[in-house]
This record gives sequence, C-alpha cells and structure tokens, in this order.
Amino acid sequence: MDKTAILKEEITQKLSQTESLAELEEIRVAYLGKKGSITALLKGMKDLSAEERKTFGAEVNKLKNYAAEKIEEKTEELKNKEIEREISSMPQFDVTTPADLSRGSYHPITLVQRQCETIFKSMGFTVEDYPEVVTDYECFESLNIPKHHPARDMQDTYYLENGQLLKSQTSAAQNAILKKYGKNLIENGVPIKAIFPGRCFRNEATDACHENTFFQMEGVMVDKDISISNLIFFMKTMLSEVFRKDIKVRLRPGFFPFVEPGFELDISCLICGGEGCPSCKHSGWLELCPCGMIHPNVLKEGGIDPEKYTGFAFGLGLTRLAMMKYGIKDIRDLNSGNLKSLSQFTDDE
Amino acid sequence: MFLSMNWIEDFVDLSGLDKLELIRKFSLSTAEVENDILHKGSDVSGIVVAEIKSVENHPESKKLHLLKVDAGEKELTDVVCGAPNVRVGMKTAFAKVGAKIGDITISPRPLAGYVSNGMCCSEAEIGISDDNSGIMEIFDDVANGTDLKELYQIEDIVFEVDNKSLTNRPDLWGHYGIAREFAALAGRELKPLEVDDLKAYDNLAKVDMKIEDSLCQRYSCLQVENINRSISPVNMRIRLYYCGMRAINFLADLTNYLMLEMGQPMHAFDSRKVEKIRIKRFDKPFVFRTLDGVDRSIDENTLMICNGDTPVAIAGIMGGLDSEIVDDTTTLTLESATFNAVSIRKSTVRLAHRTDASMRYEKCLDPEMADTAIARFLYLLKKYDKDIKVVSSLTDEYAFHYETITLDFDKSFVDRYTGIEIDNDTIVNTLTSLGFKVSLEDDRFSVVVPSWRATKDVTLKADIIEEITRIYGYDNFDVNTTRSPLYPVRVEAVKSNEDKIKDILVKKYNLHELHSYVWAYSDEQKAINIPVESNIKLANATNPNIETIRKSIIPTQLCQVKSNTSYSTDFGVFEIGRVVNGVDKNNLCNENKMLAVTLFSKTKDIKTLYFELRDMLSVITNDIKHNTLSFKKAEPTHSYEHPVNLNTVLIGDTEIGKIGIVHPVVSKKIDKKASIVFAEIDVEKFTQAQSNAIVYEEPSKFPTMDYDLSLEIPNGVFFESLSKCWNELGGKILKSTKIVDTYDTDTVHSITVRFEFSSNERTLSSSEVQEIIDSILSKLETIGVKLRNA
Repeated sequence: MDKTAILKEEITQKLSQTESLAELEEIRVAYLGKKGSITALLKGMKDLSAEERKTFGAEVNKLKNYAAEKIEEKTEELKNKEIEREISSMPQFDVTTPADLSRGSYHPITLVQRQCETIFKSMGFTVEDYPEVVTDYECFESLNIPKHHPARDMQDTYYLENGQLLKSQTSAAQNAILKKYGKNLIENGVPIKAIFPGRCFRNEATDACHENTFFQMEGVMVDKDISISNLIFFMKTMLSEVFRKDIKVRLRPGFFPFVEPGFELDISCLICGGEGCPSCKHSGWLELCPCGMIHPNVLKEGGIDPEKYTGFAFGLGLTRLAMMKYGIKDIRDLNSGNLKSLSQFTDDE
Repeated sequence: MFLSMNWIEDFVDLSGLDKLELIRKFSLSTAEVENDILHKGSDVSGIVVAEIKSVENHPESKKLHLLKVDAGEKELTDVVCGAPNVRVGMKTAFAKVGAKIGDITISPRPLAGYVSNGMCCSEAEIGISDDNSGIMEIFDDVANGTDLKELYQIEDIVFEVDNKSLTNRPDLWGHYGIAREFAALAGRELKPLEVDDLKAYDNLAKVDMKIEDSLCQRYSCLQVENINRSISPVNMRIRLYYCGMRAINFLADLTNYLMLEMGQPMHAFDSRKVEKIRIKRFDKPFVFRTLDGVDRSIDENTLMICNGDTPVAIAGIMGGLDSEIVDDTTTLTLESATFNAVSIRKSTVRLAHRTDASMRYEKCLDPEMADTAIARFLYLLKKYDKDIKVVSSLTDEYAFHYETITLDFDKSFVDRYTGIEIDNDTIVNTLTSLGFKVSLEDDRFSVVVPSWRATKDVTLKADIIEEITRIYGYDNFDVNTTRSPLYPVRVEAVKSNEDKIKDILVKKYNLHELHSYVWAYSDEQKAINIPVESNIKLANATNPNIETIRKSIIPTQLCQVKSNTSYSTDFGVFEIGRVVNGVDKNNLCNENKMLAVTLFSKTKDIKTLYFELRDMLSVITNDIKHNTLSFKKAEPTHSYEHPVNLNTVLIGDTEIGKIGIVHPVVSKKIDKKASIVFAEIDVEKFTQAQSNAIVYEEPSKFPTMDYDLSLEIPNGVFFESLSKCWNELGGKILKSTKIVDTYDTDTVHSITVRFEFSSNERTLSSSEVQEIIDSILSKLETIGVKLRNA
C-alpha cells in the first residue's frame, strides 16, 4: 500500500476510537498540523518529478481534505454528545417545594396612609408633616375652642409638664397650614389643598377598641367657592379609592367647634354592604370621619377672610380605616410590635 | 336620652306619616338615634280592666288567693292570684284567656288544684313600670272590660338619642324641642304649649327672693298649696318610665315630667324651710347633705340656693335633704331658674356628681323658658289636681339677658356655601318652621334667631347654613368636584424622604416597620436593664409606667425586639417616630423625628451585622441624597450603647445620627447569644444635609485598564486614610476602586484593591498608569501601608 492509503486507514482507525475533543485535537495536529504527517508528505513532494508530483499531490490533497472532513464530522459528533451528556446529567428539580417568601413589611398604618396620600396627591393636595407635641393655641384656641369650652372636657388630653400637650387631633395643624399657604391663596389665588397625617393621643384606658395613641389624617381645602357639595365629593371619592369599590356615604350633623356646619360621615358597612350585621351594630352604617365646613373663626385665626373664602376640613381615622380594611379586631395589635401579626403587611399595591 | 313618640305627638300632628322614617330623618338631620327603636306595648294584648268581686284564701297555699273578677263579661271569672294586695272592690289589669304578654299566651291553668282563667297583672308584667310588688291598681273610673291599651298609652315608639350629639343643642333636652324638629322635618305645624295664665296671680304677695350672684341668670318661683294628689296619672307614669325615670310621687314626677317635656329642670321646696330665697356662693367650704342622703363638700365656687344664710340646694345640680317635700308639707315653692352653664359644669366636675338637671344646665339653657315652665307646671298641676291653690304671684328676677341675634345674608352666600341650588321659599319655610323670624327682600335675608337657639348655638351666618342644609337633607345634595384652579404641589421633603427610607428598608433589606409609643415604658425597659432617662413628663399620666416622654426610640424598640426573639433567628425592625429632648429656651419641647433601626441575629457575628447596618445607612444616603456617609467615633450617652464601635454618622459636616452595638448588659437580657446592633438617624437633619445631583458621565470608548494592589495595613490605620491617598493622586483617569479581596491573619490585615483606569480621549499607556500606581504606593508607605510580600 502506498503511504496515503496507510495514513487514511490510520486516521479512520484513530477517529473511530476517539471519544474526547482533546484527543481529536491531538489527531488533527498529528496529521494536519505544521509538523503533521500529511503536511510532511506535502513537504516531501519537492523531491519528486513534476509528473509524480502532480499525481501524488492530488492524492495527498485528497487525503488532506478527507482527514479535515472526518475530523470536522467527529468534532461535531463529539460536541453533540457532550451537550447530550450535559442535558442528561441535569437533575430534575422539585419546583413544588415551598418558595422563600421572606420579605420586609410596612406597618399597616403606613399602607393605608400611603393610599390616602396617593389619592389626594393625585387631586393636587400637598402632604404636610407636623409635630406630636403642640401648644394649647394650636390644639384648641386657634380652633375656636376657647378655655372652659366643653369640647376640652370631651377630649382627655395628655398635658406635659411645660404646659404643652400631645396633640389630641390632627386639626392642631390647621392653623399652621392656613398661615403657611394663606398668603399664596390671597395674593395669587392658589387654593389651599393640604392633608396632614399624624399621630394623636387621648388620655384614656385601652382595650380592643380604644387606644391612647392613634393615627388620623386631616385634610383641608380653602378657596373662594368651596361648598358642602364639594366636601361630600372629596370624601366619597377618597373612600371609594381606598376600598376600591363604590362606597355609599351619608352625612349627619355633628358638633365640632372648628367646623360649621359640622358632620359625622358614615359609610355603608363594608361587611354586610348595608344590610345590617354585628360589625355595624345592625345599622348598615359605620361612623368613620368627622368633617365640615371650616368655622369662620378658624379661618379668621388663620388670617383668611371668611367673607371671601370658604373651606372644608375632615379628620379621617387612619387607625380605624386600617382596622376596617384589613379586618384587625384588636386595636392594640398595631402598637404591639408583634412581628407575627405585623410582618403580614408586605405591600398593598 | 329616651324619647316617646306619643309625647312628641302631643305637640305635632304626625298622623298618616311613617314614624320610623321620620325618626331616621331626625337621625340624619338633627341628632343621632341609637339603632334599637323600642316598640313599647306591641307585645301586650287582651288585657282589660277588671274588678275583684270576691277574695278567698286558697286552701292549699298561704300565698294564693281564689278570686272572682268582673272582666266586663256576663259571668264572673275564677282566677287564682298570688299577689299580696288583692282586695274586694279593687280594679286591676286582667289578662284574659287568649291574652298575650311577651311570648306568653294566657290559657286556663291549674294552680294547686284550682283552675285560673286568666291572670291579674302587675305593672311590671305589662311593662309600664318596674313595680312588681303587687297587681296593678286602677283608680280611674272606667267600665270593667275596657281594654287597657285603649285606656292608657301603653303602645309607644321609644327611641334613644345619643346625649353627646345634643351637646350644642340646649333646646333639644325636652320633648317640646324635639317635637319642633319633627314638625320641621314633617312639614307640619308645631302646636303651642298649653299653659296657665300667670298674670292671674299678679295681685298676690311676692316670694322673698333675691339673686345675690351673677352666676344666676334668672330665678322664677311661685308658691302653691293644697296639693292632694299623691300618685301621678298612669299615662304620666308610663311616659316617665319609658323615658328612663321612676315614678316617685305626683309632685316629684311632675317636676321630672316638665324637665323631660321642656328641658327646664325644676325644683320644689317645702315653703316652711325656704322662706327667704337667696342665691349666692359662700366664702368658705362646707359640707352639705343632698336629698340622696350624701354629704358633699361645697367649695367657694359653687353656687347655692339658700334660705337666708342656710344653704338648701346646690344650684342647678341637686336639692338638699332638709328642704325636701315631705308628707306633711302643705305649701311648696316651685323653682324654675337659669344658671351660668360653665359654672354648673365645673361644679359638677368638682362634685363628681352629674344629674339630669346639671346635664341640661351645662348646655346653656334659654332663660326665656324659666317662667313658661312654671306656667306649664301649673297647667298640668291644675289638670290633675283641681283643688290646688296658688298663694304667691310669680316672683321673677331676670338678671342676665342674652342679646337678640339678627343675621343678614344674601342668597348667593347660601349658594356658595352649599354648592347647590336651594330656592328662597325652601329657605324661608325651613327657618320659619324652626322658629326663626325670616324676612326676605331681593334675595337678601334677615333672620332673627329664636331665644332657645341664641344662647350659644346659632350666632353666625354659617350656623344658618347648617339649619337650612340639615333639614334639606344631605342625602339630597348633588355632589360635585371643585372648580378651583390647578397648581403644582410639592410634598414636604421630610415626608417624601420618610417614604423612600421605608421603601429601601422594607424592599431591599426585608426589615419590618413597627410602631411604638411616644413615652418610655419603665417596667418593660427595666426588664432589659435600660433605666428611663430623665426627660419631660406627662403632667396628667394615669399610669406611672408611662409618664416620661422618650428621648430615643431605641429603648422601646429593644423592648419590642425582646418580645420577638422567638419570631425568627434573624430579623430587623425599624420605626420612624418622634422623640423629645428636653425643652428649649422658650420652654417648648425639642421634638425630633427619628429613624430607629435594630438588627437582631443569632446566626451572624456582631461584625457582619454591624456592617450590614452600616451598608443600609450608606445605601439610603446614596440612593436618596447621592451622597456618602462619614463616621466619627462617639462617646456613649445612653446606657444601651456599647462603648466600642459607637459612631456618629455624618453627611458632610452634618451629624445625622448614631450607629452602634447594643451594650452587653442589655443585649444579654434580650438574648444571651444574639448579636444586636442599632442605629438612630434624625430624619429632619438627614433631609437638611447636603444632597447631590446626578452627574452623567459618558462611558469611555477606549479600553479600561485594571490594576490590582494587595496591601498590608497596620493596626489602627482606617481605609479612609488609604482612599484619601489614591483619591488625591489618581487624577482624572482613576475611575473607581473596589476591594476585591480581604485577607486576615492574627497578625496581618490585608486587602486587595482593584483600580480601574480609563480615559474618554485615548487609550492609556501602561507606563502612565504605572507612574500613578507608584506614586500611590509611595504615599501609602508614609502611613505604614505596604505591598503584601514585598
């Protein structure tokens, strides 16, 4: 046999025995590399006659192509095998095991507060921040509750040693808000639209329904023609957004010194839809939010002329709202710091 | 306060109207009605007047009697009765066979061997009083067999109004005022009160009476004698009972009746004990026995009714025991007065004794009502006891008059306030029905407020809006959004930062937001060895455990951490809340809004946990303010702070808070092995601190060159002094550095830092990078940092 035939057989033999890409590479180098046997054959041709060179050259080239083709084929084959191996070696996962859902949580008040803020921000209200320790003027005097007014008896206020007090209602911020934005209203006609969520305090015994510390969200709007009709609109809109359904509201007269007329706002019971159930004491309604038209004396005290401007104010019980929304039965859970209950409020959006 | 529909209908004809619907309207327009509306007497039927014709003792029983009663039927009925007060000739309430009382239907029933064909009833059994001592005795002259429900107003609709919702409505503390509201709501006429003509007694002598104190606004009195009746008419007693009062005797009942009818408290004295009425306060405190037999301490601020210098009643609150009407009283002095409301309220609080009378006086009663109440009282007295004799003229001192209030406003004022169209006729009719005098000329209203609304309730135009709209009905309002112009709004920076911080801590670090109280809980803190820090206190704390306001959230948070140690091996909590740090020079509290974070771990070492917390604070600062934090060693100021690794946290020069490890004395109490770290950041200072804008840098088109240096760092040299070296020398082409490896042995602390060099203008040469690296290295050498293994 001539050299090319021997080599061809040799290559075929070797390729058939090869199972790794590394070996294959060795084979390629051994035959087709710079110092490979086939390359050597081509180099050796310079000693042959022109005639021989032509025939032999063609033979060697044929062998070279054959080898390259076979190596290529084998490479492909081995690569496929490798992928198949990789696939078959992949274990089957058990996707039915419980997922890791550990995540942080917001306080339920934060969630409800944010929903209310989002709604009011979308309607052009600014969100204000206000201290918890306030003066008698802020909490009472400026709100048309002079000294000796019975309304002061109704609220069991926590007084501090220095004569200040823990605010018993978010309305304590009203005067400051009116003064802060009043100038812009009067000079530039920019309506006052503000909400201020905050913590309030009442000196009373706690039980499942009563807390000495709770959250409210006050809202005020003052402009030239703010009406009772507007007030009902804003309250209804906000509550329908919070509960994500059409909420029926009704107003009843309510007495609060800082509004006139003053209202108690009821919403149709969320549990029974108004049919009457134990949650609403079979009335079909839940009392939710005192509100009203800002009392002329309060406007005046805030530097706003009640003859020119009117406004509404409301004091939404955020704590109450959160309890209703999430079905929290014991108000004390909210300040308990108990992660077993509070870690459940991951996000509400 | 309980209200009787029958009583209301004395004053307004509501026939043909749905009473329950009217009550619902009342609840929405006037004052909140409690849900349970009582249908009195609806469960009672078949009870008639019957006369006892014979009484025999039951042979088998000492208690039972065998009666024959005339129930208006052809034959007498045999009845077995256990009541002690049976006697021949007595008329009583008799439940015939077939009668219904509550769930019971009366049927013939054997009682110790004898069949009882019906039942003689006590008042309690019929439900018209709580008297169950014997069967009801009927004194009225009526035919036997008369249905009791035809004879008396047993059937009634009784509803309760929440007293709180009547706080500002002195006129609604009696049925007549309530009837006025029903008249307005129903569109019917309010009937005038039937009263006696007091002028008829003008020629009689006056009572010796004098107001000696301005706290008494009006005092009216009159003397009456020859009162023979002792038991009140049944209908009167039923009404009192349905409205929550017990019948006592005719005179006492009548004063109560009048109070429930007109809202005017009245009092009757024995004229022998009260010959010289003086209304005044005393200079010195003393003890006074009220008619309930209780000795009460009276101070110099309490207004008293006196006989000369002897006190006989606490004005507006309660009469004295000594001047009370007794059995042999022949002449009585009727009092109808008005007092300063604030004074009565304060006396009530001081005495800790609230009565039906004081409750009304506190609301600013209308002084105009005082003499009318006497006229009404006399009318009723004469109606039920014909022989009474008035022995004095009306003696009336009217010391304080409220001013007449007239309010003028335009129709446009009403339109603006309501936002809807309510026509002039409706406005006029509504106000008129409520007793306002209205005149209207060219859309301009002039309204005179009636005296019973003018004591404090209606003083402004805005008050008139309430009157118009509440009767109009808020359910009938068209609901509209505002037409105010739109302007952009900005959320307070502190508020929005608060939200961002919460999001980072919850979403990125899985922390839990908690709330705690603004005061320190001394017991809970003691349990984890954190004494309460002295700070401003509550002046009126009812619980000594919560009197001091907290200076820091961390102690309350650590208490919460302790209560959660079984929740998980690893958790972090945070709160954004308020603290107070003493008072400022104006004696006002220094209040701060703080972010408090505590991390708890049983699986991580303290260093890992500490750095987790440090990174959280850094990420917050970087995310929200595009700024970096720096730290400065701090000395402990709170007992829960570990003295080592306590650092002040700064943004630029602004100190924003602290980060530290919980003191072992505290942390061991929370959990023996756990690592606990804390940080407290002032959210307002954080907000005020320097924040940077994002500066966009175009990515380089040229290759970057990384250069790693492994450095050995001697003890006490902080990374900060290293970074200072390369930040100074790196020039524009040093884009970033990061620690890619750390290597620590007992003796050596070393880190590998990767420097990234690049230029936006050209490909860097290795020699220029090397030059910078060399300069950095020689600078590092000056602070003792050298190449590892070099």
